[in-house]
Amino acid sequence: MKERPILIIPCSGIGKPFGTIGRDATFRVVDELRKGRADTNCLSLLVMGDEEATKQIRESAAIAVDGCPLECARKNIEIAGGRIAAHFKVMDLLRENKGLRPRQVTFLDEDGTKLAEMLAERIAVKVDELGGQGR
Amino acid sequence: MIRPKVGVVSCSGECCSLGTLSRIATRRVLEDLKAGETVTICLPLFLAGDSGERMFAKQFPTVAVDGCHKLCATKAIEKFSGKTAATVDVESLLEELGSSPPASRRVFTPEDMALVAVVAGTIVEKVDGIKEAQDV
Repeated sequence: MKERPILIIPCSGIGKPFGTIGRDATFRVVDELRKGRADTNCLSLLVMGDEEATKQIRESAAIAVDGCPLECARKNIEIAGGRIAAHFKVMDLLRENKGLRPRQVTFLDEDGTKLAEMLAERIAVKVDELGGQGR
Repeated sequence: MIRPKVGVVSCSGECCSLGTLSRIATRRVLEDLKAGETVTICLPLFLAGDSGERMFAKQFPTVAVDGCHKLCATKAIEKFSGKTAATVDVESLLEELGSSPPASRRVFTPEDMALVAVVAGTIVEKVDGIKEAQDV
């Protein structure tokens, strides 16, 4: 099987800062830290059953990034027939960093940015472990 | 007379900056321009959540805010929840304005924020139109 970039799919939850943290961390990885070795796609495409997005998720190792316990990213990837190679939960990171209290949703505040940076580093390490390759 | 709140649901698409533009404009409406008059839901919850989430568009007349022509928000809402009251197609809006999408999907410039204001204004027009129709 031809090596493909690792697909990172965040939930992008819009009601609380946690979804923004996962989204921001994902973009840091795919656009900066592991550019070319990791990629993302619209979760909403999977939700509406887009054929191309479904094919892509089934042919790639996927990293799900969830902001809240409802785990929309993981569930939607699995419903689409994707293989979850790793699963990151922003809530786990918050529990490890109880002093950080992100409050802003639209644009991350200082604490939210710190958490996004931490999460991005962890995801980047996971991309390395999974052997993400360029197209 | 108590009027129901209006739902505003963004695609928040991750594959390009238009998803970020739709998301930030939606948040601007929710927390500032129409705070207290609008509600939202995470789009992926329509599939990952339970039947309660699928009642959203039935409970609230809903504006879909789509980043691109694929119109995922509109299609997902209508597939899982109910007919949308209106759609804002951000890509079409930018084409009408002759504007290019933001260069980054994570960091927005002041020029990008001007586009956010335009998209948010368009959402507000849709919300106002829905509320006026409720009064008739």
